Amino acid sequence: MSDGSMSLTLKIWRQADASSQGDFRVYKVHGISPDQSFLEMLDVLNEQLIQQGEEPVAFDHDCREGICGMCSLMINGQAHGPERTTTTCQLHMRHFRSGDTIVIEPWRAKAFPVLRDLVVDRSAFDRIISKGGYVSVNTGNAPDGNAILIPKENADKAFEAATCIGCGACVAACKNASAMLFVSAKVSQMAMLPQGQPERTMRVQSMVAQMDAEGFGGCTNTNECEAACPVGISVENIARLNREYLRAVTVGRS
Amino acid sequence: MTTTASSVLDGRCPTGPISERWEKRKNELKLVSPTNKRKYEILVVGTGLAGASAAASLAELGYNVKAFCFQDTPRRAHSIAAQGGINAAKNYQNDGDSVFRLFADTIKGGDFRSRESNVHRLAELSVNIIDQCVAQGVPFAREYGGLLSNRTFGGALVSRTFYARGQTGQQLLLGAYSALMRQQHVGRLKVFARREMLDVVVVDGVARGIVVRNLVTGQLETYSGHAVLLCTGGYGTVYYLSTNAKGCNVTANWRAYKRGAYFANPCYTQIHPTCIPVHGDYQSKLTLMSESLRNDGRVWVPAKMGDQRSPDQIPDADRDYYLERRYPTYGNMAPRDVASRAAKERCDLGYGVGAGGQAVYLDFTDAIRRDGEAAIRARYGNLFDMYHKITDENPYSSPMRIYPAVHYTMGGLWVDYHLQSTIPGLFVLGEANFSDHGSNRLGASALMQGLADGYFVAPYTVGDHIASRKLAPVTTDHPEFERCVGETRARIYKLLNVNGRRSADSFHRELGKLMWDYCGMSRSEKGLQQVIQKIRGLREEFWQNVKVPGSGNALNQNLEQAGRVADFLEFGELLALDALTRRESCGGHFREEYQTKDNDTLRDDANFSHVAAWRFAGENQDPVRHVEPLSFQDVQPVQRSYK
Repeated sequence: MSDGSMSLTLKIWRQADASSQGDFRVYKVHGISPDQSFLEMLDVLNEQLIQQGEEPVAFDHDCREGICGMCSLMINGQAHGPERTTTTCQLHMRHFRSGDTIVIEPWRAKAFPVLRDLVVDRSAFDRIISKGGYVSVNTGNAPDGNAILIPKENADKAFEAATCIGCGACVAACKNASAMLFVSAKVSQMAMLPQGQPERTMRVQSMVAQMDAEGFGGCTNTNECEAACPVGISVENIARLNREYLRAVTVGRS
Repeated sequence: MTTTASSVLDGRCPTGPISERWEKRKNELKLVSPTNKRKYEILVVGTGLAGASAAASLAELGYNVKAFCFQDTPRRAHSIAAQGGINAAKNYQNDGDSVFRLFADTIKGGDFRSRESNVHRLAELSVNIIDQCVAQGVPFAREYGGLLSNRTFGGALVSRTFYARGQTGQQLLLGAYSALMRQQHVGRLKVFARREMLDVVVVDGVARGIVVRNLVTGQLETYSGHAVLLCTGGYGTVYYLSTNAKGCNVTANWRAYKRGAYFANPCYTQIHPTCIPVHGDYQSKLTLMSESLRNDGRVWVPAKMGDQRSPDQIPDADRDYYLERRYPTYGNMAPRDVASRAAKERCDLGYGVGAGGQAVYLDFTDAIRRDGEAAIRARYGNLFDMYHKITDENPYSSPMRIYPAVHYTMGGLWVDYHLQSTIPGLFVLGEANFSDHGSNRLGASALMQGLADGYFVAPYTVGDHIASRKLAPVTTDHPEFERCVGETRARIYKLLNVNGRRSADSFHRELGKLMWDYCGMSRSEKGLQQVIQKIRGLREEFWQNVKVPGSGNALNQNLEQAGRVADFLEFGELLALDALTRRESCGGHFREEYQTKDNDTLRDDANFSHVAAWRFAGENQDPVRHVEPLSFQDVQPVQRSYK
């Protein structure tokens, strides 16, 4: 299976289901290549566990190219591990040393309950988006694409906010388990585009209300979220979210 | 032995001038009254571009929609990973583009193996898609004046590709996902995430429901409806290593096939020319480097065999820019199948670079010199970063090394012009169907097709199905549901109780290698005959020796994978059989026996200008080959030339 030289000790959170108590188990893996991705290293462990007749470690993953947002993992206490702007699936073993002990945990947040091992339930994010993370335009009603002129700078900034992959690292990294970076990215995208203007006031209020209802914490400007974000969403967006919210509750629907 | 059915499949295409056909058909389609729509349930499986756009649009019309996906949220479907762009015949660049040209390019790019009526409709709808996505707030790239920007993609001589840096699929999918979530908010739609479809329930010959496994609890759940839409993507992961997501699979389509939906052209697979090469046995997937890179990157290998100098030490005179040499008109923008085969040809002859010689250079030196590093970063920043992370090499300072990899599958469930399969009420959208790309898809056309099907075709044709049929009320208490659940449960039980020694993943890897070696970029009669025997052997071993730990009543990712591998072990044989039976070369299907002297595809229009659609004839029985003849009135089939 593997053709490398690294040996590692893995301390992994195991939990049978949402209602069970979990605990850490220790595993060893050998022959790991530095060019292997972190998840491919876990594949090796799981293959080993299957051979031993044990249940493999459950972890979320899908595209394995850093865009779907499905992979997660707290690696040595850092969301998505030690590399900046990198998802776990794009983290490679060359950033570790043979002999290392690596602690692997699920995202920890009240709003993200653990389903099994390293898999958590992030549907709270969907419910927040459903409260206003869109432009209310039915199919078939659109004017010509070039009828709406958007200055390049605004389009670029909106795009940067829109690149959020919804992985939840910001929540996992935050001591308050705040979802402000996630919510602010969507609010910012829409606030910076002309298409987002008609619903601007309502959008920010309903999304923030849902964020609170889901049990996410408040923001205390630690900026840990930005440091953990695998796609580099800036905390500028949180500042904008605060302005948008203030504007909405004071100026209201003007 | 292969049996070919004598009756011919009817695609139900409209007649008359090609540019009026869709309009004509729309006027003929039956409508469901606005007040009646709320009485109908529509089940949409898969929430990629096709599924999310269809589910949202149907819910907006007033239907009750249930949307299912195996991921933890609809926003993660693999459309999200599409990089380069989406085509539309807007002619914003004033460079001579038109609906007809997009149509003709797509027909030619598909090597004259797609349906003219479908492709023209796709080209017509392309312009509406851009408008719709802009209105949703999709942040496409813009020029300083505020207008939409375009780039060029393979197989075209115009700039008609709209993009959002190297993340176009992500932005389009998030647009469709937001429309979906809005419908959930207004109560017309409900999302069922972490559900995998394991069967289609057919009652009185009409698709009336599905069986899904709740991937968290392991419970089998049933849902009934008036139409079922499969938007479940392609089957590229039959090769194990591909640019697809790990979860991509053929299971939904294969289950539908076994219930009577014909499977069309499974041998049409697309090998994408620009991917990061394989670098180890542990590798779990391959990563695409967008075709858009060929706008600025030049593909080359050393002109001298075995030239070991580092690329910056090789002067221009000692380089072979083989695409520019062989195809001066299209150069680096030759279509994918052509570019892939050209790379393979160079590497097979020993001109390849990197460890093992299985790579070619994609070089940005000239572009960086011309436009500056900042401009290149603005266009492709995320792709360069991804390359750097995976290979630990900086593509701004040394050329990328790339090699072809499995990327997309043009084959899929057979559908008529309405996107309806051979099971009435079962519609198939996006990559899951076979309809629009012939034997080779052009770049930036997958996003276009997924969204055309979902936003603008299915909302009309599904309504026609509902309005035209008297559908008796069917609930999940119907005995047919019970039977399907029983069969699904038995299959799961069987997988869990083989209790052998090999993981499902190891079987998948072995199958993938067989498919790649015998049924990949080039195929031969002898090799295909051999591989069919090998797949059968492997399948037999799987059912005697697979080990699936854990139980069926919990989150069990190994069980999920084992079920998918079991289906791939059956499907792979059909793919090879289709490739064996199609004794010609076309697009991505390259039979060594049928090639021009320049190593290009040699079609046999007299005998193979048709769609091959396979009907399941029962377990351990040979499938039956059905044929839908193709006719070309508006673009005359010629030997493709990109010279």
